[in-house]
Amino acid sequence: MAPPTSRRSGFSKKAQFSLFTGYLLAGGGALLGLVLLLLSLWQPAAFAPLRGGASDVVAPAGEAGAIARSQSQGLFASIGGYFKAGTQNAALREEMEIARIRLAEADAIKAENRRLKGLLGLRDEPIKPVAMARLVGSTATSPRRHAYLSAGGSDGIAPGMSVISDRGVIGRVLETGRYSARVLLLTDSESVLPVRRAKDDVIAFAEGRGDGLLRIRLVNLGINPLKVGDLMVTSGAGGYYRPGVAVAVISQTTPDGGIARLIAEPSATNFVAVEPVHQPVAVSALEGAGGEATSNSGASLSSTPSSKPASPATAAE
Amino acid sequence: MEQLDPRARADIYGQSINRAPSAWRVRSVPYISIMLASLAPVLLMADVMPLAPPLGFLLLLGWRMVRPGLLPLWAGAPLGAFDDLVSGQPFGSAILLWSLVMIAIELIETRFPWRGFWQDWFTAGVMAAAYWLATLLVSGAAVTQAMLLATLPQALLAILLYPIMARMVASLDRFRLARARRIS
Repeated sequence: MAPPTSRRSGFSKKAQFSLFTGYLLAGGGALLGLVLLLLSLWQPAAFAPLRGGASDVVAPAGEAGAIARSQSQGLFASIGGYFKAGTQNAALREEMEIARIRLAEADAIKAENRRLKGLLGLRDEPIKPVAMARLVGSTATSPRRHAYLSAGGSDGIAPGMSVISDRGVIGRVLETGRYSARVLLLTDSESVLPVRRAKDDVIAFAEGRGDGLLRIRLVNLGINPLKVGDLMVTSGAGGYYRPGVAVAVISQTTPDGGIARLIAEPSATNFVAVEPVHQPVAVSALEGAGGEATSNSGASLSSTPSSKPASPATAAE
Repeated sequence: MEQLDPRARADIYGQSINRAPSAWRVRSVPYISIMLASLAPVLLMADVMPLAPPLGFLLLLGWRMVRPGLLPLWAGAPLGAFDDLVSGQPFGSAILLWSLVMIAIELIETRFPWRGFWQDWFTAGVMAAAYWLATLLVSGAAVTQAMLLATLPQALLAILLYPIMARMVASLDRFRLARARRIS
């Protein structure tokens, strides 16, 4: 098919000018895009209000989608449940008995912990979530892994707060709109999270790889103590997350750490809790030390290299 | 005549006597459909890797290829700005890339005025692959081998989706030009 003849300018001055203007506007648009792109790569938070407004509009539609998603998952699970009810019942009964024993042990440890903390004069206030919300959507076409939350600035959510599901860490709030917020998921390749092994104090960084797995990089290099199946929890270094929340399970070891799988998968969660920044004082101190690279609303603090040397120092305290 | 067969004086756009296409529909359908296609992948929960092809971009390609001359040359910039707001890319990436693609297709069209379906698919495929690579480079994330492997299905899907997109644009165009307004 040939293009319409109306778009051949010929000798008509008017047609020639309108064709030229079209090219001029398109070129100007491309140039504007380049400038905006460089600006937003340099200052990632510059267009946060604009994006917040857009995600506020999308969030209600996402809410309906989230409800449908969680219901359909429940439906498939209940159909599957009929096929393996008998064997599962026996296995579950056995597992519950073991869990009951472990629970009693944990109670004893908890009591001892309270006694020791009392001796030291430490006090842990229970953390109250700022808001409960649904994950309503994600950036499914972009290589970046962000998710949208159905609660925003009007619910008290601010950038830097941690997003936690009943299974473990989901990510951290990056930008907020009025009724929605954007969450940096752990799998994003710019996400860095200080973690430690659950059973002892091997500290490491969990970095997103961009393909759904986390790369665990040990802070102290030497013989790699990690084993497949080890549970990594947040260490609380850096001050953003409260310590002891499950993050990932090691699935493969490498010379400098390991590759880990997420415990809390955002697509399988229904509701998440947004918790306040655990140690605001530490975060503001790190921000001050980090200089201009970390000054963009604190959201990209742990994603910038300058915060990496600072975090182990706080872990050692 | 209508008493014998109600579709006697109708074509694919509907009744042809005292009917005209709605002016609003004629102008707005391409833009609204591209914006909706930009929004659609947001509702998908992709936590592991980018799952959906860039639907907004593919529909822009579709409208540009199937109905040349309908979208002005500069349409890439405003539509790209809307896509940037929800896509998660740094703001400005789609404004730049969509504008460049519109200019590139215009130049290809002046060079090869007579085109067919296969050549359209080839052009759209090259554009989609180039766009996929460019979004990866400007996303602000480091491009690693793992990342490339994880996003490769997205590129293949984008190339393979073009024929479906072209058919979709054709049916949207029929809706756009349907004679919905009654002239009294």
